[in-house]
Amino acid sequence: MMRRLALVVALGLTPMLAAPAHAVQPSEMLADPVLEARARDISAGLRCLVCRNESIDESDASLAHDLRVLVRQRLLAGDTNQQVVKYIVARYGEFVLLKPTTTGANLILWASGPAMFLAGLGLFALTLRRRKKGDPAQAKLTAEDEARLATILKE
Amino acid sequence: MITELGHFALVLALAVAVVQTIIPLIGAHKGWPGWMAVAEPAATAQFLLVAFSFGALMWAFITDDFSLKLVVENSHTLKPMLYKVAGTWGNHEGSMLLWVLILSLFGATAAMFGGNLPPRLRARVLAVQASIGVAFYIFILFTSNPFLRLANPPLNGQGMNPLLQDPGLAFHPPFLYLGYVGLSMAFSFAVAALIEGRVDAAWARWVRPWTLAAWVFLTIGIAMGSWWSYYVLGWGGFWFWDPVENASLMPWLIAAALVHSAIVVEKREALKSWTVLLAILAFGFSLIGTFLVRSGVITSVHAFANDPRRGVYILAILGFFMGGSLTLYAARASAMAAKGVFSTVSRETALVMNNVLLAVSAFVVFIGTVWPLVAELVFNRKLSVGPPFFNLAFPPFLIAAALLIPLGSLMPWKRARLGQSLRPLRGVLVLAVAIGALVWAMQTGRTALGPVGAALGAWLVAGSAVDLLTRTGRGPISTRLARLTRLPRAEWGKATAHAGMGILIFGICGVMAWQVEDIRIAKIGESFPVGQFEVTLEGVHKAQGPNYEATIADMKVTQDGQTVALLHPDKRFYPVAQMPTTQAAIQRSVMRDIYLVVGDKQANGGYAVRSYIKPFADWMWAGALIMAFGGFLSLTDRRYRIAVGARKSAATPVAAE
Repeated sequence: MMRRLALVVALGLTPMLAAPAHAVQPSEMLADPVLEARARDISAGLRCLVCRNESIDESDASLAHDLRVLVRQRLLAGDTNQQVVKYIVARYGEFVLLKPTTTGANLILWASGPAMFLAGLGLFALTLRRRKKGDPAQAKLTAEDEARLATILKE
Repeated sequence: MITELGHFALVLALAVAVVQTIIPLIGAHKGWPGWMAVAEPAATAQFLLVAFSFGALMWAFITDDFSLKLVVENSHTLKPMLYKVAGTWGNHEGSMLLWVLILSLFGATAAMFGGNLPPRLRARVLAVQASIGVAFYIFILFTSNPFLRLANPPLNGQGMNPLLQDPGLAFHPPFLYLGYVGLSMAFSFAVAALIEGRVDAAWARWVRPWTLAAWVFLTIGIAMGSWWSYYVLGWGGFWFWDPVENASLMPWLIAAALVHSAIVVEKREALKSWTVLLAILAFGFSLIGTFLVRSGVITSVHAFANDPRRGVYILAILGFFMGGSLTLYAARASAMAAKGVFSTVSRETALVMNNVLLAVSAFVVFIGTVWPLVAELVFNRKLSVGPPFFNLAFPPFLIAAALLIPLGSLMPWKRARLGQSLRPLRGVLVLAVAIGALVWAMQTGRTALGPVGAALGAWLVAGSAVDLLTRTGRGPISTRLARLTRLPRAEWGKATAHAGMGILIFGICGVMAWQVEDIRIAKIGESFPVGQFEVTLEGVHKAQGPNYEATIADMKVTQDGQTVALLHPDKRFYPVAQMPTTQAAIQRSVMRDIYLVVGDKQANGGYAVRSYIKPFADWMWAGALIMAFGGFLSLTDRRYRIAVGARKSAATPVAAE
């Protein structure tokens, strides 16, 4: 576990750009097109652990290759898509999931966009209402002005 | 020698910037015209000094001066001249020098065209602009000095990352930086207005062109980066939700919001404090972007120059400028009372909705980008946030904004009636739905993405056309068409940019929904079907490039026996960097791109070949360019030219003396 993290960190700090990714290789692909399509689908959602923000479907790192083959092996063994993902996550942690789960603190991540949208709408509605209420108040004279007006009118 | 002069010029620029920060601010506070007037010559001097410094570094790259550490690390005698020039900014130190060059360029431009600004505001704007410069000059001189020499210069350099040796990428950073740094102008205006305690229509008229120009540059820069990744990475991806891409998308979204809210300030004197906040945030996101890219705090495909010490320093700059300006904002925002009132249904409200949607979408990108960091630091969870998250969380807000555009742009100011504004759009709505339905019926697949994209695109393009037409008033259609040419350029700019948005959306949806992919091992002479085409691998040969070795495939694409294209994808190997790259061969056309990539030779003698049909791919970049062109059209509008003209006529008597 620690070694893998160290590897990720080390790669993250090495000045280099990702090499052109050759993604999935023809030799890895399954003969059954339906199964292969499922494999591609799953691969697009799994992160290549030693790459920067690439899915195993896009990466040409050897680890990505191993994972692609593993995904296909599980599919051939009759796993459902969820079972395959579960199998990989059990071995590599939730770091491999490009789509974060909705459990625990991740709810903040998922809910923050809609929540902020609603908050923005609420804030705007509040400002509008306050302004509408505030407007006539602005037009009204203060007590001091009323008194002055009264004296002027008396004269 | 020239290198030392360049280094010295940079130090001088720092000194000038310090003077330009302090003296005009005091002058503006005390009302001393002489002290305020220091800002303009200082801004010009600063620009000239940085330009000289930048030129000196470029000279070192062009002449292969391997006594310079930076040149050794990033260049090589065999590198083509274009990339020696572009190599100046193709690395961390040089790109930061480009950053301050553009910063000082904007400062000098503001000094030059700022003739009709109130002197106090002008002095403050230039002082704030210079203070940003001070921070970044110190950053360059102390953590990323490009002018460091080597005691023992080697005979040749280590070369440049071959992936960066591409015309698309050579000019992508300057455009992006023009955008990022252009937003510093909006920031300087916002802070100056906060110090002044006044925001009015004239202020908005000043901020808008700078923001619009920055937005246009950002649009072009982002489009170029996406264009580059499309043909260089070998599978035609165009957007990866990579932290570095997100770093450019966030300021783009906020700048787009700012451009719209500044209209409300200019025309209606409402939304003032919100607009000032947006101006601060827009530059804040630029700084965050710089921080993300330069620190490598979030590992990313692009982080080719990262160093924690630099990251901490940029974080300090970010903290200082954002903390300072937001504190000032908190203290002064209440002074900026809105004058214009508007009802719930009005163009103002539509623009507020646009702002809310754009700000929220920027926020979604932001939280998705930093979430892995937050999760690790706060919740001790090591996780990833990738494209599946963004593809789900981001588009709804943008689609909502796109749906709103034609409606909002037809609404009158102050008070509108929904039914009345919708009436001219009935035809557009029918058209959009019909096109969506037609596409749905025609496609063989199952995805809703294509029809939705087509309908949205039609809604935006036709909606923009109707928007223009309704501005021509009443009368026979021929007179109305004649009036079209006389509409203000801002109207044309707005309609063009909105239509470009529609084309962009359609392109993205089209390529994502209807792409055809084929991956196989092909033997020489073998033919195989890809979509409606037949692809043949005719031969493979080797060739020698200027600084690489190439393996080139000759491939023929036919349709119904007719040859459609002869394409030559190649695979390159750069011996200096010991790195391979792929060059996809693409035959572009309006309806689809044919995209071929050749891979490694296989054990059985065949080659790994990838073939893609990418429908409407070029519509994405066309859409982005049309959007940028719309912004440019709006920039040339009469009311901005008049402002410049007024300054000129004021200046003539002096020149005549």
